[in-house]
Amino acid sequence: MTSFVSALLHPGSAPPSDISAATRDRFDVYRNNVAVSLTEALETAFPVVRSLVGDTFFKAMAGVFLRCHLPGDPRLALYGREMPAFLETFAPAKDLPYLPDIARLEQALRESYHAADAVPLDPAKLMALTEEDLLETSLIFAPATRLRRSKWPIHSICKARGDTTLKPQMTAETVLITRPGYDPRMTLIAPKNAGLVDALYRGQPLGQAASTHPEADLSDVLGILLGQGAVTILDRKANE
Amino acid sequence: MSTTLKTLAVASAVATAVSGLAHTASAQTNEKCYGVSLAGENDCAAGPGTTCAGTSTVDYQGNAWTLVPAGTCTEIELPTMADGSERTGSLEELERDLPA
Repeated sequence: MTSFVSALLHPGSAPPSDISAATRDRFDVYRNNVAVSLTEALETAFPVVRSLVGDTFFKAMAGVFLRCHLPGDPRLALYGREMPAFLETFAPAKDLPYLPDIARLEQALRESYHAADAVPLDPAKLMALTEEDLLETSLIFAPATRLRRSKWPIHSICKARGDTTLKPQMTAETVLITRPGYDPRMTLIAPKNAGLVDALYRGQPLGQAASTHPEADLSDVLGILLGQGAVTILDRKANE
Repeated sequence: MSTTLKTLAVASAVATAVSGLAHTASAQTNEKCYGVSLAGENDCAAGPGTTCAGTSTVDYQGNAWTLVPAGTCTEIELPTMADGSERTGSLEELERDLPA
C-alpha cells in the first residue's frame, strides 16, 4: 500500500512492482487523474489565493501541496486545512506574506458553509437576565461562526478580488464569519471592537470582556453578533 | 470602573443592542433570487467536490440563484431579453436563460 501511494505521487518513479505490465499505462492515467483532480479541488477551495498568485503559480504550488498533504477526510469539500501552514513555509510565496491568512479566511468560509445548523439565540433571553447575571454570562457561538484576525487587510483583499481598481490599505483586519441564511457572510469588525469580539468568541463572560476592553462598543458588538445569528445559547457556568 | 457602574454599562449595552435589532431585523433578511446572477457568480460557498458553487454558465440563468435582501428580488434592473421583452428576477426557478 505504501509503495503504491508513493508511486502514485511521484510521476518519475516506477509503477508499483505488483501491477502487471499490461496495466502500467493505465496506472499512469490514474496517477495523472489523482493529481489533476486534487489540483482542481484546491483551485475551487482557494479562489482568492489563486487570483493573487495566478493560475500557473497556483497549479505548480498545488502540485507540491497535494504530494505533502493527501486528503485526510473523504469529504473533498474540506480539503486544504493544511494550506495556510504550508504557505508559510513555501519559499516561492514568501513575497506575499499575507497569503497564509487569506487561505485561513477561505478555509474558514468553507468550514462555515458545511458546519451544523443551529437555532440563533432569542435576544429576549439576554434581556430576561438580571444585571448581575449578565456580567457572568458567556456567549456560546453557532458551529458556523468563525473569527479570523490578521495583521493584514484580509477582508479588503478578499473583497478586491478581480477588481484591480480597489487597493486594499495596509491595515490589520478582523473578520467575523457567520451564516445567517444559506451562505457564509463576512463582516469586517471595527479595529476598536476586535479585541472585545475576540474575548467573547473565546468564551469570556460579558462583564470581564467589557472591562478588559473599555475601548470597544459592547452594544455595537452585540448588535452584530445577535443580528447575524452568530450566538446560539448563553452560558452562566463559566465563572462559577 | 466600580462594579455597579460596570453592571449598568453592560446592561444598558445589551438593552441598546437588542432594541436596535428590532429595528433592523426586517432589513437583514435575505431571499433566494433566481435569474439575476452573472455566469459563474451564483452564490454557494460549498467548495470542491460539490456541484453548486459558481456553476451557472450563462448570464441571468433562470435556475441559478443568489441571495438578495428580502423584497428586492423582482426590483433588480436587468437587461431586456433578446426578443425585447422585460427580464426580471424571481423567487421561483425560471425556464428562461437555461444553458443550451
